[in-house]
Amino acid sequence: MLSITNLHATVEGKPILKGLDLQVEAGQVHAIMGPNGAGKSTLGNVLAGREGYEVTAGEVLYCGKALLDLAAEERACEGLFLAFQYPVEIPGVNNTYFLRSALNAQRKYRGEAELTGVEFLKHVREKLDVLHLDQDLLNRSVNAGFSGGEKKRNEIFQMAVLEPRLAILDETDSGLDIDALKIVADGVNRLRSKDRAIVVITHYQRLLEYIVPDRVHVLADGQIVASGDKELALKLEDQGYAWLQEGGIKAVAG
Amino acid sequence: MSETVERLVERKYQHGFVTDIEAETVPPGLNEDVIRLISAKKNEPQWLLDWRLDAYRHWLTMRQPDWAHLKIDPIDFQAISYFSAPKSDKDRPKSLDEVDPKLLETYDKLGVPLHERARLAGVAVDAVFDSVSVGTTFKEELKKAGVIFCSFSEAVQEHPELVRAYLGSVVPVGDNYFAALNSAVFSDGSFVYIPKGVRCPMELSTYFRINAINTGQFERTLIVAEEGSYVSYLEGCTAPMRDENQLHAAVVELVALRDAQIKYSTVQNWYPGDENGVGGIYNFVTKRGDCREDRARISWTQVETGSAITWKYPSCVLQGDHSVGEFYSVALTNNYQQADTGTKMIHLGRHTRSKIISKGISAGRGQNAYRGLVKIGQRAENARNFTQCDSMLIGKACGAHTFPYIEVKNPSAQVEHEATTSKIGEDQLFYCLQRGIAEEDAVSMIVDGFCKQVFKELPMEFAVEAKALLEVSLEGAVG
Repeated sequence: MLSITNLHATVEGKPILKGLDLQVEAGQVHAIMGPNGAGKSTLGNVLAGREGYEVTAGEVLYCGKALLDLAAEERACEGLFLAFQYPVEIPGVNNTYFLRSALNAQRKYRGEAELTGVEFLKHVREKLDVLHLDQDLLNRSVNAGFSGGEKKRNEIFQMAVLEPRLAILDETDSGLDIDALKIVADGVNRLRSKDRAIVVITHYQRLLEYIVPDRVHVLADGQIVASGDKELALKLEDQGYAWLQEGGIKAVAG
Repeated sequence: MSETVERLVERKYQHGFVTDIEAETVPPGLNEDVIRLISAKKNEPQWLLDWRLDAYRHWLTMRQPDWAHLKIDPIDFQAISYFSAPKSDKDRPKSLDEVDPKLLETYDKLGVPLHERARLAGVAVDAVFDSVSVGTTFKEELKKAGVIFCSFSEAVQEHPELVRAYLGSVVPVGDNYFAALNSAVFSDGSFVYIPKGVRCPMELSTYFRINAINTGQFERTLIVAEEGSYVSYLEGCTAPMRDENQLHAAVVELVALRDAQIKYSTVQNWYPGDENGVGGIYNFVTKRGDCREDRARISWTQVETGSAITWKYPSCVLQGDHSVGEFYSVALTNNYQQADTGTKMIHLGRHTRSKIISKGISAGRGQNAYRGLVKIGQRAENARNFTQCDSMLIGKACGAHTFPYIEVKNPSAQVEHEATTSKIGEDQLFYCLQRGIAEEDAVSMIVDGFCKQVFKELPMEFAVEAKALLEVSLEGAVG
């Protein structure tokens, strides 16, 4: 589904990604771990098409298309979803209105009929329950005045509503207490399916106890320096990242 | 050559009419004789002429204010013609086919009803539609309620005692440079009188939008709400009006007596000039409401997206105890537009309250200033004010400025001021894009959210139009 080859990217002229390779198949959950400043969030932003992130070399194929040729909103309409590390507040814009506009924009792009208000609400209510979110969240402004945990749950809620093909979760676990973490993980797990791929970017192994990944990658200094199964995450938890950076090990059995 | 021939042919055709019009127009320039002529043409009583002359003499001693955050090219007041009869139908487009297609495109985007487009575009009225029957129905209904709603000139003839009692009682002739000018030469405007205990049976907008065609350059509006009455008045229109006058200096006076409430909403969308800042209307307006007695309530709501320069501070004088003043404003400047706008809340009575919500949006090279005065007088025990003043910047070449003035002479006062400035976030924009929403839709969604507090004060159907208007005005501002 996603095939990244030799990806190089800079932010304000500074090289961050330096030849990154990654293959993600439909139906899989991949975790990307790594120390601060390794380029984890940059990867998410580059894939989503954020301005200010310049790709200097490499290729990204997504469902057979050259992803980097698409505008940010086209990528979203093609089913690529980024759960933000810092969800953005939009005061005065009703959450329901926002989400319905998004869903209908995507449906229109795909040539599907737009949902009416009633159809949309029905679609949405089911998802709210999964994430233990109150109805009144729908009537509040997008993320405005939300607690940190509410914002993160709202991201996963949006993901549940939009039903993307490829979801990238950027540090969705940061700032969550254990109960919220379980709820978020439950929400994500329910979306696992054979047609969908999920990339979980995280600093800690903790989240991976609840969202068990098929593959774990270590991103350090702009490259994937190690890949393995979930055992790799445990090893990292145990030993930290230093051994990888020093040893420069390219692959670990698994 | 052929144009001249055509004109001659047409002139011959409507000979009498044209001669008539020419006699109705006063040559450019301003002096006491011109004012006497205006007053005579309008068949005004002596006291009104004296009032005009008094204003003119004041005006001569005044200088054009230069304290606003505005760059204004010098205005040649002697080059303006201060009395001209309405344009003859001959000079107007004969049908929509002759109207600038750009204007029609805008109407389309704003969803202006088909039957209104021709009128707005200045197409000769009798060629448009017969508004008489609709207008008459409204007039009947208002009459039954005892509401007087007519042109200012008509009020001078029909209700001179009311006009005399209230004219200039809120904005005196010498109040400021442009108000003095208006008082001397005002052409026409609207007069509204709501009798004691009457709730005006309709939004006065409905009627207004169907009938008002040429409101004129020096408009004068006076609204009087007697004890316990209520009126909601809406001025302007979301669609751009065809207008050749560059300088507009209007005066609006509101008087609310005991327990009366006046809601005054404005949507202003005059020609802002082109993308390079050439042309456009100068909108120098004085608007003031007087809560003259206890528990009176006046609220101003404005959506200002037009004009090259806007200089406007709708204010409330809170004389009565427990009276309330409100100001809700959205001001948008794009391209080279400039706006210096805000309000004054003058608390004189006890337990008076005021609320100010101001939203400034600057795009392109637009400059947007909020200027607000909150004054708490010595006797205004327990007066309260809340001010919220938010600015949004779109792009890098625009500016937002905030000039709050607070004067408190009573220690029991509570005055709160909140101000924020935000750039239309690249973050917010990317967040919307990432969810699949196109950039143009994202910008209008974010701006609409920003203005929500003000839009909800507008009459329902106008809130929808105001939103569309903002979208049109912001076209091309991003990306």
